[in-house]
Amino acid sequence: MITLRHNRVELALHEIRSGAGRPLLLLHGLGEASPDRVPSRAEAWAGPVYGLDFTGHGASTLPVGGGYTAEILLGDVDAAINHLGEVTIYGRGLGGYIALLAAGAAPDRVLGAVIADGPGLTGGPTEPTSQAVVRLVDDRRTPDPYALLELGRDLRPADYALDFVRMAVTGSDLDEPINVAAVFRPPWLAAVAAAPGVAGLDVPEALNLYAG
Amino acid sequence: MGIAVNEWGSATDPILMLVHGGADFSRTFDVFAPLLADAGWRVVAWDHRGHGDSDHTHLYSFDADLRDAVRVFEAVAGHDPVAVLGHSKGGAIMTSLADAQPFRFKAFVNLDGIPYRRPGPDLAEHQRAEALGTELGGWLAHRRRTADGVRKPGTIEELARRRGTMNPRLSTEWLEYLVTVGARYDDDGWRWKLDPSMRMGGFGPWRPEWALFRMAGLAIPFLGVLVGAEEPMGWGTRPRHVEQWMPRHGRLEYFEDLGHFIHIEQPQMVADMVLEFLGDPA
Repeated sequence: MITLRHNRVELALHEIRSGAGRPLLLLHGLGEASPDRVPSRAEAWAGPVYGLDFTGHGASTLPVGGGYTAEILLGDVDAAINHLGEVTIYGRGLGGYIALLAAGAAPDRVLGAVIADGPGLTGGPTEPTSQAVVRLVDDRRTPDPYALLELGRDLRPADYALDFVRMAVTGSDLDEPINVAAVFRPPWLAAVAAAPGVAGLDVPEALNLYAG
Repeated sequence: MGIAVNEWGSATDPILMLVHGGADFSRTFDVFAPLLADAGWRVVAWDHRGHGDSDHTHLYSFDADLRDAVRVFEAVAGHDPVAVLGHSKGGAIMTSLADAQPFRFKAFVNLDGIPYRRPGPDLAEHQRAEALGTELGGWLAHRRRTADGVRKPGTIEELARRRGTMNPRLSTEWLEYLVTVGARYDDDGWRWKLDPSMRMGGFGPWRPEWALFRMAGLAIPFLGVLVGAEEPMGWGTRPRHVEQWMPRHGRLEYFEDLGHFIHIEQPQMVADMVLEFLGDPA
């Protein structure tokens, strides 16, 4: 396991399969952790495969007092990319949304982002609602209950998601740097899937495409 | 995580919560709060996480600030309603809390904490994405540096001068006083206590107008205060931006020539206005 630093958080980056060539970076869903084995749908990937445990998940630091946002997790991925260099990302659920943000933030280093079904794909409302302000029982274990609460309802307006698509498409050499493989498509993802520069292949096909 | 709370006045008086804004701390109320306490209020203010004497922690967010606020309300007042004044971001946080948990509020003063400015809608889509990209790049660069970040040390005068760039309308004497309560003295000089991993501005899906939507439905006595003088920490909100979103029985006051830190520029005038609005504490 490789330990990366993102501010005061130590992130666990797991080398799931070693190899040469561009790494595939797996981003898990909300409440999950990186898998021990390469997922069957990514089996054909020729290069090494890594999995990043997000803040408050798996073997990464459990923060005190919550305060999660999707953007903080983007900072987690940024730390992983700084370590690995160019990557292709395969994200499940919440990890799929973060893959989109990373593809927009670093289009020159994220060579393809695959968004797949998984926990935390939906996010919260896209307009203001009264929200419960609650204090949770924190038993100091991952996954952090504050992560489950806060990242399960973070706001994902479609136009915000589309800004990241635009940044990815504008900055990438790929024709379609984002691929929506998810069957379930909440409003933000339906908007992403319909945008120019976004492919709709299943996971093995998309990874084959991005493998070049 | 420890949250530092400061109080002014008698512990048996009715409670008035003061909520500071971003990059501030509760001791910035050191002149303003006693004026309210002298009128019969138990004035309570806390340092938001990462600010003032509260602990630094791993993560910061609006939701986390809201949760910390509830913890303080619970500790100080239980479920009883109290009077609340929020300045700047503190006003925005309290607007959210008043919407989410109205039973905690007896009356609410929002002191130049009604966000409106939104750079987005006037820009074409590709320009907005470009602006976001620039902001995002700066933010990620900052995140890469924060692991070992420490604030720059300096003399009281140097720290006051630095803060003066954010608070150009406040006196040098006041800014130097703030250093003595908002900074700590190390062997190599003074450092602001504010967590160096925090950064002004930022980006995200949040829209300023969402606070306005919440404000419209408030049923508690509401006083909104806006100012006209432009300065870096101000939000540029003008009465025309918010009038249609005012709570039905709310009151809006506008001070064309005063700045964002109106309670520091004119503590007595603002205290008198707040006291008149709140009425007899008993």
